[in-house]
Amino acid sequence: MEERNKAFRIVGFWALLVLAVLWLVPLFLVLINSLKSNLFITADPFALPNAETFTAAANYTGGVQRTGFFSAFGYSLFITVFSVLVICVVTPMTAWYISRVKAWYTSVLYYLFVFSMIVPFDMVMFTMSKLANWTHLDNPVGIILLYTGFGAGLSVFIFVGFIRAIPIELEEAAMIDGANPFKVFFTVIFPVLRPTAVTVAILNAMWIWNDYRLPYLVIGSNYKTIPIAVQNYMQGSYGQKDMGGFMAMLVLSIIPIIVFYLLGQRHIIKGVTAGAVKG
Amino acid sequence: MRVSKYIKKWFPLFALPTTAAFFLAFLIPFGMGIYLSFTSFRTVTDAKWVGLSNYVTAFTENSDFLHALWFSVRFTLVSVVTVNVIAFAFALLLTRAIRATNIFRAVFFLPNLIGGIVLAYVWQLIINGVLGKLFQQDLTYSPAYGFWGLVVVVNWQMIGYMMIIYIAGLQNVPGDVLEAADIDGAGFWARLFQVTIPMVAGSITICTFLTLTNSLKLFDQNLALTAGAPNHQTEGVSLNIYRTFYNIRNHMGVGQAKAVIFFVIVAAIAFVQLRATRSKEEEG
Repeated sequence: MEERNKAFRIVGFWALLVLAVLWLVPLFLVLINSLKSNLFITADPFALPNAETFTAAANYTGGVQRTGFFSAFGYSLFITVFSVLVICVVTPMTAWYISRVKAWYTSVLYYLFVFSMIVPFDMVMFTMSKLANWTHLDNPVGIILLYTGFGAGLSVFIFVGFIRAIPIELEEAAMIDGANPFKVFFTVIFPVLRPTAVTVAILNAMWIWNDYRLPYLVIGSNYKTIPIAVQNYMQGSYGQKDMGGFMAMLVLSIIPIIVFYLLGQRHIIKGVTAGAVKG
Repeated sequence: MRVSKYIKKWFPLFALPTTAAFFLAFLIPFGMGIYLSFTSFRTVTDAKWVGLSNYVTAFTENSDFLHALWFSVRFTLVSVVTVNVIAFAFALLLTRAIRATNIFRAVFFLPNLIGGIVLAYVWQLIINGVLGKLFQQDLTYSPAYGFWGLVVVVNWQMIGYMMIIYIAGLQNVPGDVLEAADIDGAGFWARLFQVTIPMVAGSITICTFLTLTNSLKLFDQNLALTAGAPNHQTEGVSLNIYRTFYNIRNHMGVGQAKAVIFFVIVAAIAFVQLRATRSKEEEG
């Protein structure tokens, strides 16, 4: 048993090492191609840059200019950060209200939130973008409201699951002491929900940062987020494609994600697991 | 009940903001969507009731929608199997207390954080590179390339995620049960199929459901990798619905009807999944 386990571990380690390297090859290829000039990318994407093909940062400067990358980064960051913040403040409040108030309308609301989780975006994409136009929500601030509404289902569902496990006596005691519900929520409930809020924040951040269709349909013609800028760059360039600039844009889109990942890896993996098991 | 009474009148502060956003972003568009699928319209306000004709058109006008449904079903079946088998194998390897487990886990999970659009373009470069070298062709040459290309993209993206759920499940399998099976003379495969897999049935249900719905709903990767090329042959349902809405003249009603059909399919799967989970919980 011991011998066999040891052999298994050694073989397993090397298998994983090879797989992990293979896993990163695609990102590495994009990186090396972002440093080569146009023609050499389509000619041989697997060749390393050499004296003839190396272009230093030319692809980056050109690509950034043509896609307006920094403004796209700004819009993506603004929309993601503020949507996540709003979601993490308003949905736990709603979840608390729904969990604690026993009334017909709170159960109806709860089931509507749960129901919304299974509805594919295709079902509402056209009508939602129309409605956003009519109500003048078709700007980077208005879209935060749309994300809050569309993300509410999963977020409320996750929070309700945790609030139901909190003993109600805590709240009762605080209320007997004369605290109003607002104070009870923020001093008693919200601190307990902190880890759950991290989970909800991560799940929503991953979704909103990478989302393409919603922002494209609602604000895409005036404000381009990163996925929109990337897609437009490829779609719009018939004939001679600026592959070098495009590769540079891919690298620049991935860098913020890797930074985010390195900063919060432990939370991200924990949050994603918790979210999946709950959902 | 005291708490209930105490906070009941605070609805405007606690529940209204989320509820209002939810109505605006989801519930009203959902209701409008159902209604509009039975109408013909250009500007929404001029909608005229046409009964089921959009639903009939969706299937009879040409075979694109059925083809897209079939493409999505085939793609989903293949992805569910490959993603889950590979993710489970990775999880098994990683739970054997091998060195550097955390680094491996982090590497495999990384692609999941990258959005579908960027992800698909990364692979477009590679797949076109390979096809160019081997056959002087690219992704638009044959529907088989687009299909398998999409399978590769989605595997690279989802394996890390499912692997993490399987790891969480495997860590709950008590070691002494496996050891007892080993002492009883059960080989690797016997232990796997008779002990480990039944004990992580919960994780398998979750992962199957997640891969199933995500593969069916796939849009970004489909758009970026092939956009349906050649000639809509690699177009999944979601991409077909999108094209019907925005690229075919006067077909918004038909697009909405297709979206309703798609919603019903996804809802049915979710319902079956929910029942399966419920009955398992009652057993255990």
